[in-house]
Amino acid sequence: MPKVTVDGIELEVPAGATVLQACELAGKEIPRFCYHERLSIAGNCRMCLVEVAPGPPKPQASCALPATEGQVIKTDSQMVKAAREGVMEFLLINHPLDCPICDQGGECDLQDQSVAYGRGRSRFHEEKRAVTEKYMGPLIKTTMTRCIQCTRCVRFSEEVAGVDEIGALYRGENMQITTYLEKAAKHELSANVIDLCPVGALTSGPYAFEARPWELKKTLSIDVSDALGSNIRLDSRGREVLRILPRINDDVNEEWLSDKGRYMVDGLTRRRLDKPWLRRDGKLVATSWDEAFAAIAAIKPGKSVAVVAGDMVDCETMFAAKALAGALGSSLLEGRQTGMDYDCSNLAAVNFNSGLAGIEDADALLIVGSHVRWEAAVLNPRLRKIAKRGGKVFIVGPEWETTFPATFLGNDLAVLGKLPKAAADAFAKAERPAIIMGGAALGKGALAAGLAFAGQFKLVREGWNGFNVLHMAAARMGGLMLGYAQRGGIADVVQAKPKMLISLGADEVDYTKFAGSMIVYIGHHGDKGAHAADVVLPAAAFSEKSGTYVNTEGRVQFADKAVFAPGDAREDWTILRAMADALGISVGFDSFDQLRTAMASDVPALGREGVAGYGALPNGKAGGKGMIEGYPIKDFYLTNAIARASETMQRCSAELLNGEVFAEAAE
Amino acid sequence: MADRHLEPDTPELRVRWGGFAFSKAWDAKAKTAIAKYPDGRQRSAVMALLDFAQRQVGEETGTQGWLPIPVMEYVARYLDMPVIRVVEVATFYFMYNLVPVGKFHVQVCGTTPCMLRGSDDIMAVCAKRGMHKGHTTDDGMWTLTEVECMGNCASAPMVQINDGNYEDLTVERFDAVLDALAAGKTPKEGTQDPERHTVEPVGALSSLQQMVKANHDYRGEW
Repeated sequence: MPKVTVDGIELEVPAGATVLQACELAGKEIPRFCYHERLSIAGNCRMCLVEVAPGPPKPQASCALPATEGQVIKTDSQMVKAAREGVMEFLLINHPLDCPICDQGGECDLQDQSVAYGRGRSRFHEEKRAVTEKYMGPLIKTTMTRCIQCTRCVRFSEEVAGVDEIGALYRGENMQITTYLEKAAKHELSANVIDLCPVGALTSGPYAFEARPWELKKTLSIDVSDALGSNIRLDSRGREVLRILPRINDDVNEEWLSDKGRYMVDGLTRRRLDKPWLRRDGKLVATSWDEAFAAIAAIKPGKSVAVVAGDMVDCETMFAAKALAGALGSSLLEGRQTGMDYDCSNLAAVNFNSGLAGIEDADALLIVGSHVRWEAAVLNPRLRKIAKRGGKVFIVGPEWETTFPATFLGNDLAVLGKLPKAAADAFAKAERPAIIMGGAALGKGALAAGLAFAGQFKLVREGWNGFNVLHMAAARMGGLMLGYAQRGGIADVVQAKPKMLISLGADEVDYTKFAGSMIVYIGHHGDKGAHAADVVLPAAAFSEKSGTYVNTEGRVQFADKAVFAPGDAREDWTILRAMADALGISVGFDSFDQLRTAMASDVPALGREGVAGYGALPNGKAGGKGMIEGYPIKDFYLTNAIARASETMQRCSAELLNGEVFAEAAE
Repeated sequence: MADRHLEPDTPELRVRWGGFAFSKAWDAKAKTAIAKYPDGRQRSAVMALLDFAQRQVGEETGTQGWLPIPVMEYVARYLDMPVIRVVEVATFYFMYNLVPVGKFHVQVCGTTPCMLRGSDDIMAVCAKRGMHKGHTTDDGMWTLTEVECMGNCASAPMVQINDGNYEDLTVERFDAVLDALAAGKTPKEGTQDPERHTVEPVGALSSLQQMVKANHDYRGEW
């Protein structure tokens, strides 16, 4: 633990810390462009210069200098100020003065830092460099003349995403950042380079010229596009959410967000249900709330009611529907829309027990039936860290393009019972072995075999639980905690032949099996569910209501409401509360707070933010069998109703996955 | 420096170079280059392999050679590394030609010592023969590039043509070299000054005169 002095403040810093980190610990702000906490150190912008003694009598780049015992660091001396002003002047030589037409304006590192270190006017009278635009795909808009060559984007795609596609070509003044042959960036985290870019060289394509950052209302929310519960910020103006940005949460998403979570935002304003609809003579016709509720009251379902929850609903909605069904005398609740029927009697067996951050510590990992890049894009960099640290990764299932060294063990689930020798040795030797069971494995009934595997290789040991299930739906864990699971899955619901089926935004259900039921669809998009419904009640999307979400590791997180739902649409719980009146029953809450209190007393874990513990793992039963023929997600960009309504996601799917060619718009 | 760019990736280019593979001789050299580095560090040999590839392209085209995109992709596959990393290296170093060159790649040094000793005249000679910077003449014989210091400042001005250096040039001497090359002859490389062998002083010594007979310590006289 070296002791250093920063501007007269003596402090001890952790061994291996850099001078920049030491300065930050002392509370000093060091300007920087190329340095980023989660990327390797490049040291090429030179903005973080400080004066260090002992050392050469010149300013030093603090990001690349290790802090050592007895250093005296000055961050506010005249020399430091002059040096940083010099660096800033050089950076601005080739940087265009186009801030008024630049989307980064107002949230630009260069703009902010030039306020502190800019000279105010340029002494450069030569011609400025100009760089041709580079095509990087439908999500990233480039203005490469603005690039200050910090190489954060290059390092991100190489180190974090694991997809080497961005590089710095040519040299010196002519250096240009580009993708190989200007092909579109083709991975699920590509848009994160927009956040990393300290200037306006890489900006958001779909959000181009939409708004200035100071006009936007910022709301803290949770991503619902997968089961990771990435922490996000909704930036809204008026009644529209204009963009979604990731928030930093080291336990969940570090500071990344998948392209889908970020860019399905334009789907929130398209194909929306903004008034109630009723099926008359086989056709859906617009109606009023009163008529819709009258139609529901006319069903007179009695006890014969069932609820199917969709993938993106919050716990409050599910609890309100559960209360409604309960008041009618039914407990037919199900959330696993596609017919999965794994055993949910012990939630520890269907939880990501290592934790999203904890999985990084594994040194041997078996992935069974999970296309992690598509099912949990933000988790993939963490698995990459395992491989980078020397851990062994094995995958059972059809091959997908991994971003880390991994061995595929074939499609046969029987391999869980008898691993090939190399894998068995790796797991026998491992100190922290882990398994990740994906949707494709659960669909083949391999959960018990996975638990048997956990027992065989002692995946649960002192301070370590290596048994993980990776879900794909944001509502899944919350739904399971609220009892949205039948023993036989949705087949039990089909068999019960309910008179009324309440569908909470469930778009993946095969509704042809419910031909005899009146289907009441409470959702926000006119997608598959609404097409099959008899009564459509317009509800709020995740951005339009406060809600509780539980991610795949059992982490309870709260999201806030950013904007109001469009038209006549209402928040889901109010619809369910009004339905209770229409059906002449009482559900026991009249306000959102009462609903939350009732939910917390029913399932206490849902009232507390943080990881809900589920206790010990049950024992498994060896003997996995069957072949994994494919993964549940066929198209990464179109997995939910919001994404399917989004033009950006449609374009990504067509261009990046299906190889359609789009002519670039002439500017 | 000239404005460098990659040759566009056209279907014709793919047809011509898509099937590129090292010949037996170059393959052996490539294996030797890779063997210089520890296992798993084969990427370190990328510069050598790009050179070999360029030379093999040169053999096939009768020029100094260049690096078409399919050839860079071949090198990337050979070394099991991402193509973009190979292209980064190839675009960084000036010795890798990114576009086709003529039979003779005339690289005129224009850095300060050569400029003071008359590189502008050398450039003028090239211009008179129809060469422009960054272009190949229509007959496919000459490509002119202005380069930075080649380390021959003691015999400036100098020109490198393909792999040979021609130094101590004047307009006449340079004309003679170019004429000889055009005629299919092989002019003498190195200094073109008939009174010089390598870069020894021309005529009487102007400095370090006491060093002629024995070693002399000048330090006391500074």
